[in-house]
Amino acid sequence: MAALPAGSLFFEKPLMATSSDPATTIPDQDPSEILTEPGGGKPAAGTGPWRLAGRRLRRNKVALAFGALFVLLVLVALSAPLFANHVADTGPNTNHLSDVITIDGEQKNVVEFDGVPIGPQGLAADGRFVLGADRNGRDVMVRLLYGARNSLFIGITASIITAVLAVFLGLLAGYFRGWVDAVISRGLDILWAFPVLLLGIALGVSLSLGGLDLGIFSIEGNSLWIPTLIIGLVGIVYLARPIRGQVLSLREKEFVEAARAQGASDWRIMFKELLPNLLSTILVFFPVLVANAVSLEAALSFLGAGVQPPEPSWGTMLGEGIDLLISAPHLTIVPGAMLTLTVLSLNVFGDGVRDALDPRAKVRLEH
Amino acid sequence: MTQSQPLLDVQHLKVDFRTEDGVVHAVDDVSFQVQPGEVLAVVGESGSGKSVTAMTLMGLTRSPNAKFGGSAKLRDLDLVGATDEQLRKVRGKEIAMIFQDPMTSLNPVHRIGAQIVEQIQAHEDVSDAEARDRVVKLLERVGIPRAAERVDSYPHEFSGGMRQRVMIAMAMSNDPSLLIADEPTTALDVTIQAQILHEMRDLRERSNTAIILVTHDLGVVADIADRIAVMYSGRIVETGTLDEIFYDPQHPYTWGLLGSITRIDRERPKRLPSIPGSPPSLLAAPEGCHFRPRCRHEFGDCVKYPQLEGRIPESPGHDDRCWLPVEEKRKRREIAPGQIGLEMEGATA
Amino acid sequence: MVTFVIRRLVAMVFVLFMVSVLTFLIFNVIPNSDPAVQMAGKNVTPQVVEQIRKEWGFDQNIVVQYGKTMQKVFTGELISYNNRVNVVEEIKRGAPRTFSLAIGAALTWLVIGVALGLFTAVRAGKWSDSLVTVLALIGISMPVFWLGALASYYLGYKAGIFPNGGYETFSEGGIGGWVQHLILPWVVLATLFIGVYSRVVRSSVLDTINDDYVRTARAKGLSERRVLVKHVLRNSLIPVVTLWGLDFSLAIGGGAILTETVFDLQGIGQYLAESIRRLDVPPVLAITLFGAFFIVIFNTLIDIVYAFLDPRIRLQ
Repeated sequence: MAALPAGSLFFEKPLMATSSDPATTIPDQDPSEILTEPGGGKPAAGTGPWRLAGRRLRRNKVALAFGALFVLLVLVALSAPLFANHVADTGPNTNHLSDVITIDGEQKNVVEFDGVPIGPQGLAADGRFVLGADRNGRDVMVRLLYGARNSLFIGITASIITAVLAVFLGLLAGYFRGWVDAVISRGLDILWAFPVLLLGIALGVSLSLGGLDLGIFSIEGNSLWIPTLIIGLVGIVYLARPIRGQVLSLREKEFVEAARAQGASDWRIMFKELLPNLLSTILVFFPVLVANAVSLEAALSFLGAGVQPPEPSWGTMLGEGIDLLISAPHLTIVPGAMLTLTVLSLNVFGDGVRDALDPRAKVRLEH
Repeated sequence: MTQSQPLLDVQHLKVDFRTEDGVVHAVDDVSFQVQPGEVLAVVGESGSGKSVTAMTLMGLTRSPNAKFGGSAKLRDLDLVGATDEQLRKVRGKEIAMIFQDPMTSLNPVHRIGAQIVEQIQAHEDVSDAEARDRVVKLLERVGIPRAAERVDSYPHEFSGGMRQRVMIAMAMSNDPSLLIADEPTTALDVTIQAQILHEMRDLRERSNTAIILVTHDLGVVADIADRIAVMYSGRIVETGTLDEIFYDPQHPYTWGLLGSITRIDRERPKRLPSIPGSPPSLLAAPEGCHFRPRCRHEFGDCVKYPQLEGRIPESPGHDDRCWLPVEEKRKRREIAPGQIGLEMEGATA
Repeated sequence: MVTFVIRRLVAMVFVLFMVSVLTFLIFNVIPNSDPAVQMAGKNVTPQVVEQIRKEWGFDQNIVVQYGKTMQKVFTGELISYNNRVNVVEEIKRGAPRTFSLAIGAALTWLVIGVALGLFTAVRAGKWSDSLVTVLALIGISMPVFWLGALASYYLGYKAGIFPNGGYETFSEGGIGGWVQHLILPWVVLATLFIGVYSRVVRSSVLDTINDDYVRTARAKGLSERRVLVKHVLRNSLIPVVTLWGLDFSLAIGGGAILTETVFDLQGIGQYLAESIRRLDVPPVLAITLFGAFFIVIFNTLIDIVYAFLDPRIRLQ
């Protein structure tokens, strides 16, 4: 048997039959050649953890579907001004109490004298009052869309605030430890002692009257930023603790020591070394944060401690709708359903993200 | 050596796992025997299948994703095909196992005494008081100081080495004929390692317990083993007595393992010797001999599936899976005078 | 164990103090408007506002204000200025209703949640597991008050199966009447938590099943039943107990508010909701304070129970 060229040994399929006489000369191979090419038989391949996670997420059709649903809801909410201006021809807060509209040639009061508003018109009134009117004669469909926009804005923005502050505090507490940690942890404990809703109510009630004036900036009492800041603040406790825990364990790892040995400053270590490692935790928590924020906003607004009238949000609409439950159930059902769908899709997608980033190995291969 | 009926006879054991990436052939045609009172060391690197083999003997790998082939006869009972009840009866009684990490292997919320009593009472009708007495004696035997008090301690109140001793005491509580130890010293300090090995040697002497010791550390093996089975990529590539493996190794992978041990009585190498390359993925191993891609002695025949068989007439029982003729092996394994290894010292890795 | 308990109690006192300070700050310091006006609420004459300013110490320094605020709340002398009602009395009146709701709901979700969690853990991967998970997720996602409103309307008002809201004390309708009025609120309030609990129990059990000591237990030759009960269950339910304790206090402090409102149970929660609507600050202040206090004390108790169950904690 002639000496085989190094290349032909590296195919996975069996070579063409050659003499199997064990006494044949055995060629010497340079070991380095064996290593540079993929072997006949793949060595255990390594892929980055993000790639693996991405692959796992993509395989999870259900999670992706709900993620898409959420994106769709956001797009619908963003289309509010388009709908209002081009279809329904009215704003979310415009009262049409004494208006009369024509449907199929008939004249109808938008709001009857006994206070009952007109029901869903579908497409009969060319885009106006698709879902009917509320007690003040406002177009429910328009309010629903603007309400979605407000609720989602508050939910997402508040969650970003929560994430930024929680990561910052968690990093400080976990990295510096000592009295910094003591102060921050005690503070978190105290915040933790208040039930979230109660704290939100307390802040909402006290701030929506007179607004907030911290000297550097001030916010009007009925601005959307008040509930946003409140929800952003109360959410911190949920995320700060896990982040702190992770920082505590990460700081003992070798790459931190290595960075310190290179002379990196504390801040550099925190933000360039530790922060990227926290990313997966943040990603796992974020969808759930948004879901909780949206739910909290609805509850606060329902009670009157969140978004202040006349601005719409799912919560305020639910509050108004429940009063008219008997005569106009759709005013309650629709906003509630949209809220449920939003929270549901965020929860399912969040589950998918968590499974992708931190799967339980289905097969435990020991050595 | 008279071939009495072996305590454990494993024939062509096969374990496949179904994963989201395909079928993993974790254990591929493994056969070996263990005589009563014998210590068999199963040596290999991570991913070689040695732990899966050990756990399969105890039936701990059974799951909807696992498929088994072959047999593992403990005297008359085939452990691979046994029913759950049959398996339960022999576990902890005839065949016992200790695991790598003593910290997580004990239930943290139960006292250790209670955990050992539980094992005794699962197999024997014994009163609480009597069981407790036995436990105290067991703890004393494995060297736990103040055993009578510490019987009521929780696992977290012990150090790593002590915990492993507790595990040994627990495993031995019903006098099993076979003890499987899966990397019992890997998670411990080197000094503690020596103590644990000493314990295990004592066990064999006192109770004639056969031991299957799964490890990646050849140093541990030299201390205690009678026979050695070298595993690579799901297969046993060589098996023989301690002397046969250390002084007349037949498989290039074994040479690599022996060559990678740094020896204190030799000149200091310029580079730490290692086996080039990495083990193949168990999803797609190469055709024929799995070690081919890393073996500098590969030749044409290597694409043919090598049986595990005895190739040296003078040494029956010394089996291996290498196609090279015996004289070639004995020549090529000496990379330097008196030194066994896979490649020249200092060769680029 | 004793040192642990003492340490926890001392920590608790400290937290209670800080909680009172924070509450005080939220209501009397942070807002941008005149605290006296805020405290007065609507429809109040300027003379009353001045009187409030003196009573609460708004014309003096912060420490005095804190002192007077706390004194008013804890001596039961707190009143709402626009309807002259004693706040603490109102709270006492509503308390049994709120607790009836919360305790009933808590027991409901504990039992059903754990049962469902075990069910899905054992059947992990099968379709019944997925189905329950989906239902649980929907349950978590629904706003409590929406579910309550719809349930009250469709099952109560329209179908007449359940009473249309309201609360009956024992003296009015006996145990039967009491239960009948509370079933729907219990289930509604429990729905959210059932969803959470079944998933927590499920993942806790699945985690524990994969733990090394369960493997050891099997290797010892224990019967599968014993392995599941003494090792898996015992260990996996420990976190559930603390969680339940935490959630119970949360249910009182949060979910109950919304459920009471929707079902017209006239408990503390509903009193709070009405106060918010009227922008009547004293009740909100008092309820916030009492709510937080209750939670801190209750959680300390739970911590102590947890240390009893898991010996590793006692070392901390």
